[in-house]
Amino acid sequence: MRKMMRVGMAMLAVALAATACGSSKSTSASSTTAAGSAAAGTGVKCSGIKIGYLGALSGENGQLGQNMVDGANIAIDEWNAANKDCQITLVKSDSQGDPKQATPLADTIVQDKSIVALLGPGFSGETKATMPKFEEAGLPIISPSATNAQLQNNGWKSFHRILANDDKQAPAVSALIKSKGAKKVGVVDDASEYGKGLADGVRKDLGALKVADDQIDPKASDYSAAVNKMKAAGVDYVFYGGYYAEAAKLVKQLRGAGVTATFVSGDGALDQKFVDNAGKDGEGALLTATGAPPNVNPEFQKKFNDRYKKDPTLYAPESYDIVKIYSDALSAGKQDRKSILEFLGTYDKPGVTKQIKFDSKGEVAGDSVYSYVVQGGKIGGQGIIK
Amino acid sequence: MSPLASEVREVIVGLNDSRRERRMAWADRWNRQPKAFRISLVVLLIAALYVVPLTKPPLINTPHVDFVSLLGTSVVPFVLMALGLNVVVGLAGLLDLGYVGFYAVGAYVIGVLTTQHANLPWLVALPFAVLIAMAFGVVLGAPTLRLRGDYLAIVTLGFGEIIRISAQNFEWLGASEGISGIKRPASFGPVKFSALENRWYWVFGLTLILLVVFLLRRVEHSRVGRAWTAIREDEDAAELMGVPTFKFKLWAFAIGASVGGLAGAFYAGKNITIYPADFQIANSILFLAAVVLGGPGNMWGVIVGGFAIAYLPERFRFLQDKRYLVFGIALVIMMIFRPQGLLPRRQRAAELTRAALLPDASDPLAEEAADATVAERRDDA
Amino acid sequence: MDWTNFVNTFGDNTRDGLALGSIYALIALGYTLVYGVLRLINFANSEVFMLGTFGSFVGLWVLDVPQIGQEKTGMALLLTLAFCILLSMAFSGGSAVVVELVAYRPLRRRNAPRLVFLISAIGASFALSEAVGAFGAKKRDTYALPEILNTNKRLFSIGGTNILLRHFVVVTAALILMVGLNTFVNRTRLGRGMRAVAQDAETARIMGVNVDQVISLTFLIGGLMAGGAAFLYILYLPTTRYNVGFLLGIKSFTAAVLGGIGNIRGALLGGLVLGLVEKYGAGLFGGKWLDVIAFIVLVAVLMFRPTGLLGESLGRTRV
Repeated sequence: MRKMMRVGMAMLAVALAATACGSSKSTSASSTTAAGSAAAGTGVKCSGIKIGYLGALSGENGQLGQNMVDGANIAIDEWNAANKDCQITLVKSDSQGDPKQATPLADTIVQDKSIVALLGPGFSGETKATMPKFEEAGLPIISPSATNAQLQNNGWKSFHRILANDDKQAPAVSALIKSKGAKKVGVVDDASEYGKGLADGVRKDLGALKVADDQIDPKASDYSAAVNKMKAAGVDYVFYGGYYAEAAKLVKQLRGAGVTATFVSGDGALDQKFVDNAGKDGEGALLTATGAPPNVNPEFQKKFNDRYKKDPTLYAPESYDIVKIYSDALSAGKQDRKSILEFLGTYDKPGVTKQIKFDSKGEVAGDSVYSYVVQGGKIGGQGIIK
Repeated sequence: MSPLASEVREVIVGLNDSRRERRMAWADRWNRQPKAFRISLVVLLIAALYVVPLTKPPLINTPHVDFVSLLGTSVVPFVLMALGLNVVVGLAGLLDLGYVGFYAVGAYVIGVLTTQHANLPWLVALPFAVLIAMAFGVVLGAPTLRLRGDYLAIVTLGFGEIIRISAQNFEWLGASEGISGIKRPASFGPVKFSALENRWYWVFGLTLILLVVFLLRRVEHSRVGRAWTAIREDEDAAELMGVPTFKFKLWAFAIGASVGGLAGAFYAGKNITIYPADFQIANSILFLAAVVLGGPGNMWGVIVGGFAIAYLPERFRFLQDKRYLVFGIALVIMMIFRPQGLLPRRQRAAELTRAALLPDASDPLAEEAADATVAERRDDA
Repeated sequence: MDWTNFVNTFGDNTRDGLALGSIYALIALGYTLVYGVLRLINFANSEVFMLGTFGSFVGLWVLDVPQIGQEKTGMALLLTLAFCILLSMAFSGGSAVVVELVAYRPLRRRNAPRLVFLISAIGASFALSEAVGAFGAKKRDTYALPEILNTNKRLFSIGGTNILLRHFVVVTAALILMVGLNTFVNRTRLGRGMRAVAQDAETARIMGVNVDQVISLTFLIGGLMAGGAAFLYILYLPTTRYNVGFLLGIKSFTAAVLGGIGNIRGALLGGLVLGLVEKYGAGLFGGKWLDVIAFIVLVAVLMFRPTGLLGESLGRTRV
């Protein structure tokens, strides 16, 4: 299935204790950027420039894509308000996160020459399937959410992403588990590209601490074979690589069978729906994510809140940053695919989520992984995992 | 049976009769045309098939997705799959619910042979894909084909799943990440297969489809084809008449599987990334729907069916996530009003008309209905 | 092969396999009854089950049962359970009858080939689950249901394996429903009608059996059993989803074939065997091979017993 993390809208409601000093630093820096780029952009002239979006807008993961579009729209409107002679539009293509559906959509995007840059693709699966086309067309790509650890190794020049990949997340997860003094850890995954990839990384990093592992079929709902295995192994921590719906079912079944091990999962489970579905059994669960928490930048948080009457949703800050990068390119007079792509290579500016600078493979510098804990029916931030 | 129902049946039977007459009249007129005229018309028609879709004709064009790309990504594989499954289901009458397995085998053979494992060109890997899929057909068919009807259906479904899960579990096959970086068919001269060039995929795909149709027609009208018909109509009778049913059923399975492998190979060469998740049971069900919707046993029918199943959900994209709801309702309605499929095999169409008049020994309920009709007719007389 | 784990989890896996197998068995009845009478795979049975789980969901929502904690006791608990099981059975039974009326009966009237029934059923199945996915309160998300009673309460233990309330309830209720159904089919007038139609529809019609009515009744009973299974499923694993039926349906159909399709006792045996094979297989080879093992066992059984463990039933031999 698709690799990505789905974290939901309700997370916004989560009040995060602002613990990370890193985030407050980036805050002050980015406020100047936002103002600066708006000023610089005044009076840019262009016509008919479009930015593409490719990702899920309906189906099971539609909400995540909607988050991205929400974040992007703020930046687009800011640009359009400041540049009367250069109005840009966001062209949305709904792939439902399915690589098969994304392929013909990507063809439509590359053939529309007025689309000069792309926000997306949303998930790693569709990124893998469509990147060869984008690469050949030389279309600048920045994904706000595709975190598969192999994507950067394909030699794609047009590929960029604005958050750390899963290879950064797995060591952080292991570090978190080790730091809690775990003795026996069980690892379970859902056989999805994302879940298995992350879990395999964790298995490797845990080494001998991992005493049991298993895989479940996310389409099924009775995971008792895996639960019994964890129980028999007497684990004190269980890591699950997968998405929130199955994570909630798994933790309930673990507790139902009397397994009291601390439940740990990645960004796929970082969703208020995990907490809601798991109920009291979800209490104390540890979650990790490379995506920025809602309060990563108070100024952006306020903008988002004013417009949508809720806190920033997962990947909305990243998407906002991506459109900001593209607007900076337009301000610098880069208005076609080729010159925008070159511009990305030289980019080095603070965004709302982090200092943004891409390496030669398109990976963003820095590798912050945030940890969260479920407490009192809410997801609370615990800052960056060291 | 209620009087109203029998009246409805009379109307339907009558309709079928007049339709058949009309078709006979057309066939008659066609046969009376000069041969040169007939050939040139067929050539023109085929040429139009090659060219017209590339112009993205309005109404047919899919507004949100690139139509030409869609032709290569889903239409060609679906049509090929429908053609292959038609051999098994439509001709030999064996219910196969795991046909997607052979599609997966074809795609994975291409995936393995054109990436780091062997690095062969696509075209060189193609025969392997077809032959290995065929071998899978024989290996899976041999132990299972002694089963009948619905037992065969569930066992084939199981094999389809076993193939998918194995691909998902073996690291050598890429596990959940699948295989990426698959080679496209090689370009030569103006014929380009690339990320941006979709036209030649359609030209190539259509050529493959026509080739498969040509070959399958040869088989269908041979001794093998006649044996299939006999097996489909009554396996026991066929066996008694000296038809080695097991051998011919195995042939149907092997030929169907090889066409499935071809479809998978084409898909892998177009999509260049494959995942175990591309080969879920749901796909087998869609392929089967394509065959039955088009008209089992008639190749032109299943081509239309395959096209419809691949194309309609994209054409009706504006329905968003209600697409498959509408699709499901449409399937039921289609089956109720056109159970013989869009373009039925002539024989089958006749059967459906005749069946209302003659008892069909294989189906007790049909018998009941048919007897009732016959009785009523007798009364009329 | 992980023998240590197989041994260590044997007791727990036996218990869980039997519980899951009971649910398979009840859903399998929907396939087996319809197959016995019409010789059709009622593909939509999985969605009939899915609607049953939503019946319980609606019941809990109407009664406004709180999401977490606050278990009901005594009369209130009994009434809640009764209300939910009734709604589940009503949803499932009703939808099964409607599916027969809309997707099968017109085809029977037209004497369509069996494949057409299958596709029509698949269409109905798509339509039902997609309708719930597109218009349900939570669309395609998982619905977490409140726990009506503490199903994790330990009742007793056998050789170190704790039997919890949910295991006990699921297995017992499934057995009661199956025995009840067996008695109905074998002892009552309507049941005799079903067997008559199953053996020879034509003769049954001549002998005065209302064939259409019997077929509707068959779908109704299959649906009621699926509804019972849905309710037990909700007690056992209190979540549901628009596509919850798909995989369970396939497994249950497998169970029906394994036991001998068309055979009520076969459905029970097939369900329990499949549930155990899955759990033992996953314990021995890991969860990722679970379905592979289940299907290999199915193929192996059919090799030696081509009509399932107990054979086809209701006096019917294959034509």
